[in-house]
Amino acid sequence: MIQAIAFYFFAAIVVASAVMVIWSRNPVHSVLWLILAFFNAAGLMVLLGAEFIAMLLVIVYVGAVAVLFLFVVMMLDIDFAAMRAGFSRNAPLGLAIAGILLAELLLAVGAYNAGGLTLGTPDGTAVQAADATNIEALGALLYGRYIVLFEIAGIILLVAMIGAIVLTFQPPKPGARARQDVGKQISRRPEEATVMKSPPVGQGVEL
Amino acid sequence: MIGIEHYLTVGAILFVLGVLGIFLNRKNVIVILMAVELILLAVNINLVAFSAFLNDLAGQVFAMLVLTVAAAEAAIGLAILVIYFRTRGSIAVDDINRMKG
Repeated sequence: MIQAIAFYFFAAIVVASAVMVIWSRNPVHSVLWLILAFFNAAGLMVLLGAEFIAMLLVIVYVGAVAVLFLFVVMMLDIDFAAMRAGFSRNAPLGLAIAGILLAELLLAVGAYNAGGLTLGTPDGTAVQAADATNIEALGALLYGRYIVLFEIAGIILLVAMIGAIVLTFQPPKPGARARQDVGKQISRRPEEATVMKSPPVGQGVEL
Repeated sequence: MIGIEHYLTVGAILFVLGVLGIFLNRKNVIVILMAVELILLAVNINLVAFSAFLNDLAGQVFAMLVLTVAAAEAAIGLAILVIYFRTRGSIAVDDINRMKG
């Protein structure tokens, strides 16, 4: 009972905030709704017993990806009102395609429920042992059988990091801005840098 | 009782909302990237649901890989967005037709 209540609570908030992500006028609000959607999806995954993936969603998505989105949205100076110009023009086509797609997907779920459709059974090599926690079992699998996938994931992240840096790096233009000159800073004396002024009242300083 | 079909339905709705977001916000690349994130979240929900109900952890390992690819995709996509904005002063998708591809 409590499981059903929690499931419908999380699912309703996920769907509602996903609607708001694509519907809200301000992209900053979209990012904030996206964060809410990820939090509640993490709740759904806790309900499924996948705690590690849930924590990963919160840390990676909310902590890194959503903040990256927020940073870029706020850094770019864009007139977002003008970007919604085609919103209602595209709406009928988009809604039609989305409706067809949803009908197809739910038909597939219904067909699966109707029975007679076997997805195959797991071979039992990746079963979570009864006495092992989720993260223990996942770690044993990830560092054992799926070590190659794990290392490929690391290389993907490395390539993404190098790619993002190479794309956005701007080499400093020669002579564009004075660099720090340590010798000049050290050789500067108080006598030549500061002067004593005693201005008359109400007249201010003449520099 | 909550079965796998409930989770699959949530995943299907999220996926469709992501596709709809790409159609509705055809001009705004940032919202399109967020819609792609929604689609990947739907895939993750499906993978974890099957993993839990079939009692096979491989699905959760693949969900982690999807998460990795999603993070890399967001980083690269936003980097491309930043340099495009730097050169053109706009991020409207309609303007990205220089190569006439």
